[in-house]
Amino acid sequence: MTSPATAADAAHAPLAPFRRPGLRGLRLFGQGPLFALSVAVLAVLVLVAALAPVIAPYDPEALDLSASLVGTSGDHLLGTDQSGRDILSRLIHGARTGLLGPLLVVAVSTALGTVLGAVAAWRGGWTDTFLSRSMDLVFAIPGLLLAILLVAVAGSGMTAPVVAMAVAYTPYAGRLVRGIARQEKARPYIESYRVQGWSGWTICLRHLLPNIAPTVLAQSAMNFGYALMDLAALSFLGFGVQPPTADWGAMINDGQAAVLQGAILPALAPSACIVLAVVAFGIVGEGLADRIARRER
Amino acid sequence: MTEQKHLTHDTGAPPGAPGEAPVLEIDGLGVRLPDGQAARPILDGVGLRVAPGETVGLVGESGSGKSVACRSVLGLLPPGALTTGQVRVAGRDVLTMSRAELTALRARQVAMVFQDPRASVNPLRRVGDFLTEGLRAAGTSAAAATARAEELLDAVGIRDPRGALRRRPHQFSGGMLQRVVIAAALAAEPALLVADEPTTALDVTTQAEIIAILTRLRAERGTGLLFVTHDLELAAAICDRVYVMYAGRIVETRRTDELFDRPRHPYTAGLLTCAPRIERDAPPPRPIPGRPVSLAEAPSGCAFAARCAHALPRCTEEPPVPARYGDGLTACHRADEGITL
Amino acid sequence: MTRFLTGRLLGLVAVLFVTSLVVFGSVHLAPGDPVSFLLHGRPATPEAVEALRSQYHLDDPLPLQYVKWLGSALQGDFGRSTQYHQDVSSLIGSRMAGTLILIGYSALLVALLGVAAGIGAALHPGLFDRAVLIGTGVATATPAFVSAIVLVSVFSVRLGWFPGPGGTPTGLGERLYHLTLPAFALALTFAGLLARVTRSAMLDELGREHVEVARARGVAGRTVVRRHVLRNALGPVVTVGGTMLAGLLISTSIVETAFNVPGLGSLLVQSVTAKDFAVVQAITLLSVAAFAVVNVVVDLLVPLIDPRLSLRGEGSS
Repeated sequence: MTSPATAADAAHAPLAPFRRPGLRGLRLFGQGPLFALSVAVLAVLVLVAALAPVIAPYDPEALDLSASLVGTSGDHLLGTDQSGRDILSRLIHGARTGLLGPLLVVAVSTALGTVLGAVAAWRGGWTDTFLSRSMDLVFAIPGLLLAILLVAVAGSGMTAPVVAMAVAYTPYAGRLVRGIARQEKARPYIESYRVQGWSGWTICLRHLLPNIAPTVLAQSAMNFGYALMDLAALSFLGFGVQPPTADWGAMINDGQAAVLQGAILPALAPSACIVLAVVAFGIVGEGLADRIARRER
Repeated sequence: MTEQKHLTHDTGAPPGAPGEAPVLEIDGLGVRLPDGQAARPILDGVGLRVAPGETVGLVGESGSGKSVACRSVLGLLPPGALTTGQVRVAGRDVLTMSRAELTALRARQVAMVFQDPRASVNPLRRVGDFLTEGLRAAGTSAAAATARAEELLDAVGIRDPRGALRRRPHQFSGGMLQRVVIAAALAAEPALLVADEPTTALDVTTQAEIIAILTRLRAERGTGLLFVTHDLELAAAICDRVYVMYAGRIVETRRTDELFDRPRHPYTAGLLTCAPRIERDAPPPRPIPGRPVSLAEAPSGCAFAARCAHALPRCTEEPPVPARYGDGLTACHRADEGITL
Repeated sequence: MTRFLTGRLLGLVAVLFVTSLVVFGSVHLAPGDPVSFLLHGRPATPEAVEALRSQYHLDDPLPLQYVKWLGSALQGDFGRSTQYHQDVSSLIGSRMAGTLILIGYSALLVALLGVAAGIGAALHPGLFDRAVLIGTGVATATPAFVSAIVLVSVFSVRLGWFPGPGGTPTGLGERLYHLTLPAFALALTFAGLLARVTRSAMLDELGREHVEVARARGVAGRTVVRRHVLRNALGPVVTVGGTMLAGLLISTSIVETAFNVPGLGSLLVQSVTAKDFAVVQAITLLSVAAFAVVNVVVDLLVPLIDPRLSLRGEGSS
């Protein structure tokens, strides 16, 4: 049962654009203590985002033009930006939009992809062909372009980029789930439940999905990092969260002028946050995938 | 450090070739992985000799170390492996050779035929490239190498050699590809050919053809042949002498006829009686109980004792040293008692 | 092979068709009346309204609007830019060269840096390999706009080796000099990924028996690496490298904006901000088309480089 699935996948593959999460197995990041460290980094990020108003030393949007581009000091641990806003406070508040956007993208695309992939695998036949081809089509349109087009239509803000990215990321989850679900479906235990008279929905919900969940979770962690990068890029272009709300991508955009004046911190600090978060999500995603692979061996 | 004991011992040289220098002499060869990776050495005190033009069999189960032993002849060792003893080809120790000397040795003096021809040939390159590559490495000009490649393909019975040179490996059957590999191995007229299970990956009918070609060409050219196999019957059919290997040690060596008529080591006897026979009055095959010793186990005494029907308490305490019985050597405490098959 | 080819081409046509529908339909998806959306705050003079109605054939039924719009687009007529008061096609034409040079420069860097690092890592296990793994790990997690910030700060502001954002270079040499930092910023992420792919493809091939056989035959080490390892690793490297070419195209909008490079990417971003919708439509359509075409071309080229990757699952010979 598995060989026709892979042959069909290969036949669909050509439409696939640059496929990042598909490059699993390359082991971009290591295992071991790094995994624990990355989990800790993510936990701290989530905590900081949740407690932002409590722990941020200043109002992230408070202008103080007399204190423009102040370097690191006891008052401002990471200095201030061109408008005299405290960078650390903006970073802390920026973690909120920085994590919320990708969270929405990953949640929606994973839910949608799981349903589409599972239905395609379970029903097979024309349903499968139609859903698979549709996902191929979406896959062939770059998410960033889709987002830019949507921003052009609906205007800047969180909504258009998140919706576009959720659509663009759905085929990743969809293809993954379809692939595993087809393999699972071919296993004897599913057949034995069928023989016992269980309905397809019950088997899917109670047995198929729990077996797929760990792999989907690992993939989601990696997609989270990529979505964070993509959304930050859109913010950087001025299409995401609008000023004066603190956001990492937008902060880098704001900080560009200061870089030319020799002050790199306003742009470097949010850059470091983005890279750190993406690396941490990558390590966690790969670590999870490794664990699953080892458990199945 | 048991291998130290066997460092210099008789390697069972063929009585028929006294004055002639052997093409291959392995003396007290020990190969072990770095600490912690294995409990026992892969090879321990291996001694082996091949005279010019002689065909010698090296027989053992998978994991016995026979592949490591034959690869060591070309200086191919497992990564990080530590060696003791000597592997001399035409009198020079392979284990101490520089990289350049090894390359020259492989290009001119020793050639190897591997088990799976499909895996041995780069699937992306033409068959002609594969054949001429070795010759070019040995310093032959391009035109001469092509001409020679054609002759060789003709010699191994491939029709339309010129066309074959331009074809790709996937256009050949396994047997035809193994002929190509043999042709390539013989290209530089090596003094010694090492064949590591050259027919195991092939169909039975193809096996016979390959063996026929191999033995014919070897005889025509007077090449020494070290034939590695798990099949004692096959070894007996083509070899002058046979070495039997178990758990990294040579347990017995003698002339083929005597080995069959009067095996001295219980393991050799076991290999003979576990092969099914066609003769009407032949006894049913008797498998050797137990399984081979893995690298993670280091039995004290004789490694075969656990599976041996004739084992004495002494066998598990004290490793037997190869000693001369009849025309060959046997490493068994009870070798002098003789075995009835 | 014919089936393979027709399948790919049909897929390409499907992608282009769906994209054109989305790009065309987006005008009508926008909230409110298409004319007021397209005008976007500009004075609604009768001439301006009339020009838009005829440009988008708004008086025709919807399917006919689409056919007419697509017909013009296929002939290279994407309407007029409200921002530059110029034909979109000539505007795109004037910006095309900058973007193509940037992509070409960057692709060269990706290929050189990525493949070299990957080969080096595969052939030198230990410290060098570890360094490449860490370096490429960080590179793949670094978005182009972050690289841009760091590169400008170090090589332009601190060291002064390269010009910062902006400037109007003349001549190819000066142009390339100005594009060096943008090209590196664009290349870094992709080079990291290609290095990983190259490394694992090389390690795969190094472990194959035919490589050991070649060594056992006395073929010199360098020759073995060149003729057997590199040659055989080329297939996956070209496959991924080709799809990266398409990825580079999409990322130009970020890098061109960061470095103020006048190209298609920065034009797209400006046009979105300025609500110059005809330009947005044209660039989106062209980008998806280029993206899809590059991917199909790679799929057709790869079997020539590595026959093993060709008729996946369709049997040999």
